[in-house]
Amino acid sequence: MEKATRFTLRVKITVVIFLVLFFLPIYTGLTDNGFYLDLVNRLMILAIAAASLNLILGHGGMISFGHAAYLGIGAYCVGIPAYYGVDNGPLQIFLAVAASGIFALITGAICLRTKGVYFIMITMAFTQMVFFGFVSVEEYGGDDGLVIDTRSNFGSFINIQDNINLYYFILISLIICLFLIHKITKSRFGLVIEGSRSNEQRMRSIGFDTYRYRLICYVIAGCICGYAGALLGNFTNFISPEMMDWAASGELIFMVILGGTGSLLGPVFGAAAFVILEEWLSSLTLYWHFIFGALLIMVVLFARGGISGIVTYLGNRKQ
Amino acid sequence: MDWVLFVTQILNGLQLGVLLFLLASGLTLIFGIMDFVNLAHGSLYMIGAYFCGTFTDITDSFFYGIILAIPATAVVGVIVEIIIIRRLYSQDHLDHVLATFGLILCFDALVHFAWGPEGMAIPLPAILDGQIEILPDIVFPTFRLLIITTGLTLAIILYLVITRTRSGMLIRAGASNRTMIGALGIDIKTLFTLVFGAGAAMAGLAGMMISPITEASIGMGNDIIIVAFVVIIIGGIGSVKGAFIAAILVRFIDTMGRSFLDTFLKLLLSAESAETAAPALSAMLIYILMATILIFRPQGLFPPRGR
Repeated sequence: MEKATRFTLRVKITVVIFLVLFFLPIYTGLTDNGFYLDLVNRLMILAIAAASLNLILGHGGMISFGHAAYLGIGAYCVGIPAYYGVDNGPLQIFLAVAASGIFALITGAICLRTKGVYFIMITMAFTQMVFFGFVSVEEYGGDDGLVIDTRSNFGSFINIQDNINLYYFILISLIICLFLIHKITKSRFGLVIEGSRSNEQRMRSIGFDTYRYRLICYVIAGCICGYAGALLGNFTNFISPEMMDWAASGELIFMVILGGTGSLLGPVFGAAAFVILEEWLSSLTLYWHFIFGALLIMVVLFARGGISGIVTYLGNRKQ
Repeated sequence: MDWVLFVTQILNGLQLGVLLFLLASGLTLIFGIMDFVNLAHGSLYMIGAYFCGTFTDITDSFFYGIILAIPATAVVGVIVEIIIIRRLYSQDHLDHVLATFGLILCFDALVHFAWGPEGMAIPLPAILDGQIEILPDIVFPTFRLLIITTGLTLAIILYLVITRTRSGMLIRAGASNRTMIGALGIDIKTLFTLVFGAGAAMAGLAGMMISPITEASIGMGNDIIIVAFVVIIIGGIGSVKGAFIAAILVRFIDTMGRSFLDTFLKLLLSAESAETAAPALSAMLIYILMATILIFRPQGLFPPRGR
């Protein structure tokens, strides 16, 4: 009974959110206000990235402080081919996903041999490595970043040079990624991941090679985030190493925690709250980072369930 | 190979290494005895530099600036520990990381508010601003030599404190079994606060000593903190000896990579591709070192016993 109430509140919220997202371009088209469209585009891309982080952090208990690396790798996989005049969309997307997957496989194989704090710091260090790697490659702009002249070209399938089309492309990507993550977490594989978070020793003793499961999960999350990176490159038309600054990874974790770990829509709420807060606070004061940081500390000290936890709480109270 | 350049680079690596050690030793101690991940340790490095700049301005002397800034930084550390960090010890590492990430944002904004967005240059007194001929043909800036001596002296003092004194014994005991020393009647809360304050002071001192060379700036701590993490991962988290060896090793390899890697690569590759590959590779060198060490020793070079 309790579960049913919670479920319906959730479903209602989900339906409302996606209806709003679906009709937003019509509204902005009528009012001629492109700003909100941009805001929501960024929000949805970050939501995909945060959802992929949630897969390893929330479900798998792997606290990666370097997830922004995949955003950067994905974006450079659009930018570098475009720099050489290759705008083939499927190829760029494939490169983004494959490169992220390979990076996740190599670093994951090393990181996952360690636990706890070591894991946090090593993921952070590897991302910093990629960061400095791109900073020192002058050919692709180094510090200053690289302007992407043309967006990915998907031929007659969809033309994302058009902003409205890009918006729907990102929205559909978000839905597909969330669906994929939902399927993964509900599958046998997802249960093993969940199990090795709560009791790794037991999972191992009943015969699961938890290291391998985790590594695969880590690679999947990397691939999804790399895809988000490819979208980000297309959306901003610009890439710089700044995107994989370790603060960017911290922000992704913040979104996951703010939204509530381990739930499907949590990262979407978290990304939304993050983008809106950022936009709002930075219009209030130059020193908005202070409020932001204080808020982060408050969330840790007092509200560990995140927004999703609040929704659950409200759902329960109603009943 | 250019002999003069080589020796100078060794000294540069040593100088950067001891500064890094000052930061990493605090980090590794805080982690070792409190099991606390402090991302905001770099912020104390930054705060130290800014304090030193302001006090140098007021007193018109770099020495007084440092002498006043060290306790000031320690006090900031103690206050932060009492207000926020103390509440976090019992929570998990993810909470530590998030809350201290929040602290970094707060510190950066506060420094921005108090000192403005521009960096702050700190003038050296004339006596330190010269160069000394240490070996025939090899001249080295006096101030950098002073950094090396200060750093090495502090490392020795720290070693003696940890191995020979009662508080050092408590710190070591805390690192291997916290619950037990609590049960034996040691006031862990105060011990934690003191260690945190001492770590803050050392990080601050590192910031003070680098700032006449690079100037104090917002975010200066955020770049070095990751390298400090690499150091304590290589050295073994909780080990001060490991932190020392790893800090010197990391900076040494970093400096050497930046100066000589392109020459070395030119032996293997064409001049053109060496020019492109060398900067990227040398920037990644320490992380590659870390990965290699981790493959063979996941716990670092000198993991503390009893954990």
